[in-house]
Amino acid sequence: MSWMKKSALVASITSVAIIGAACGNNEEGGAADGEGLSGKVVMDGSSTVFPIMEAVAEEYSAEQPEVEVTVGVSGTGGGFKRFVTGETDFSNASREIKEEEAAEAEKNGVEYTQLAVALDGLSLVVNPENDWAQDITIEELNKMWTDPNVKTWKDVRADWPEEEISFFSPGKDSGTYDFFNEAVLDDTDIREDTQLSEDDNVLVTGVAGTKGAIGFFGYAYYIENKDTLRALNVEGIEPTTETINDLSYPLSREIYTYVNNASLKDKPQVADYTRFLNENAAALSEEVGYVGMEQARYDENAKVIDEIAGE
Amino acid sequence: MALPNSEFKNTKNLMDRDSVSQRIKRRLQLNEIFKYIFLAGLVFALLVLSTLIYDVISKGGGWVNLDFLRNFPSRRPEQAGLYPALIGTFWLMLLIVPMVFIVGVGAAIYIEEYAPKNRITSFIEVNISNLAGVPSIVFGLLGLTIFVRVMELGNSIMAGALTLGLMSLPIVIVASQEALRSVKMELRHASLALGASKWQTTFNVVLPSAIPGIITGIILAVSRAIGETAPLIMVGAATFISTTPSSVFSDFTALPIQIYNWTSRPQAEFQNLAAAGIIVLMTMLIIMNSAAIYIRNKYTNRH
Repeated sequence: MSWMKKSALVASITSVAIIGAACGNNEEGGAADGEGLSGKVVMDGSSTVFPIMEAVAEEYSAEQPEVEVTVGVSGTGGGFKRFVTGETDFSNASREIKEEEAAEAEKNGVEYTQLAVALDGLSLVVNPENDWAQDITIEELNKMWTDPNVKTWKDVRADWPEEEISFFSPGKDSGTYDFFNEAVLDDTDIREDTQLSEDDNVLVTGVAGTKGAIGFFGYAYYIENKDTLRALNVEGIEPTTETINDLSYPLSREIYTYVNNASLKDKPQVADYTRFLNENAAALSEEVGYVGMEQARYDENAKVIDEIAGE
Repeated sequence: MALPNSEFKNTKNLMDRDSVSQRIKRRLQLNEIFKYIFLAGLVFALLVLSTLIYDVISKGGGWVNLDFLRNFPSRRPEQAGLYPALIGTFWLMLLIVPMVFIVGVGAAIYIEEYAPKNRITSFIEVNISNLAGVPSIVFGLLGLTIFVRVMELGNSIMAGALTLGLMSLPIVIVASQEALRSVKMELRHASLALGASKWQTTFNVVLPSAIPGIITGIILAVSRAIGETAPLIMVGAATFISTTPSSVFSDFTALPIQIYNWTSRPQAEFQNLAAAGIIVLMTMLIIMNSAAIYIRNKYTNRH
């Protein structure tokens, strides 16, 4: 027995050592080409913003391989929980910071800056077999999503058929829900027969499989599922890259990252990363299905960053 | 006088052939029916499993290649890989296995061999069994509070491994207890009768006979642990990381997190990548389980 246990122990220790050594070598190899920065850049927050941040981090690590960038997906609220204690350098958010979160940050002495990085259009989607609804108003949306007496499409608008409506919405913890709640629901509770899911692909499947269904999520999910879903025009405006970019689509929204001011000032890699993020956000967000803002907005961001980082 | 005859009569009364053959027929029918019910159960389980495997392989099979194993995740599905997640999962395994082996088997030995059989012991045993049923996210919360915040390990591999290790412990302890209990008393008595101490008996006699069962338990528990997403997300494991870990205190990501992230992306290619990730994870589990079976068979033959 003892020989066996000993050899098992030795084996596990050596394998830890070997992997450790292998990883160590990797990093030393990277240092050769460096006028480089090093250290950590820690991001967490919204899963909506994640694809953009993954793209930014991917590009950045080609430029500064010594900087360790981590991007977490704790959700907008979860991200702020870590951010307001100073644990993270950035918090990605698909809504603005809430008062309670801001108060918590102040209590902990964490100062921060909000940077809008891209735009998204919250898209209302229906089943392609739905041949009646083309256009919908915010008022009608509010009525159908909050009034439990609305059962069929006819209850929303008199000339629509008596087809039962099924409702699909992102979960209440998501920033997307928060935005819908503010823009459409007026803080009234969403109707109880709504099917909520944290996974937008579940919503896509739900709407694509139910004739009378309606649901909403980010523009990227609509674009990728154009074949199985149809988006409604809101107040007469179709969600497209252009209408979202010029904010004429009523449910256009900004998506943000919040940066910790102290990190921006004291950590050169964070300052460098913030600038890189701001410069590349427009192009990279379009690549992953979001809409870039107008250049003037990024220029404004750049000014703010320079002021705080001091350069 | 008419003894044989009456005996025959009696027998005939005792065993009415018609009713017997009737009943046998019924029993045989019942036997057939249950046989097919059980077979249907097996076929159903296999059907579901093979549909799942077929689905995963047909979606992800074409995406598994060397680059997939070597590359970092990317916004371009063709270039995306799961290298950091794979390395993260390896680190987790290397830390969890010795941890649960030492603590779990130690606890099981104490309970089975040393602890007095009283109410407190059985109370503790019941609680260990209950812990095995606690949802993994609860262990995640515990890990966040104790390892990440109080012990200040941060979002490191160590914090993740300790959390997953803690989650696997109850299963390991219960499995090890079962294995130790199944060692025949005679072996212990023989050893003690030869003058060996309790420790010598446990280490040289009981443990070697119990080791196949213990190892099976550990592998099963660790297999479950490395497939967990929720506790790792709770302790703040990253979803994207630009470097691989350099020590146990580095930030990390792991396979289930990477797979989970890919499934939630809008583009269909990422769903395929997720399927490819599942194939990699499944392959790792199959390798681990085969190793467990190999080790078990080897030591079962020895003792």
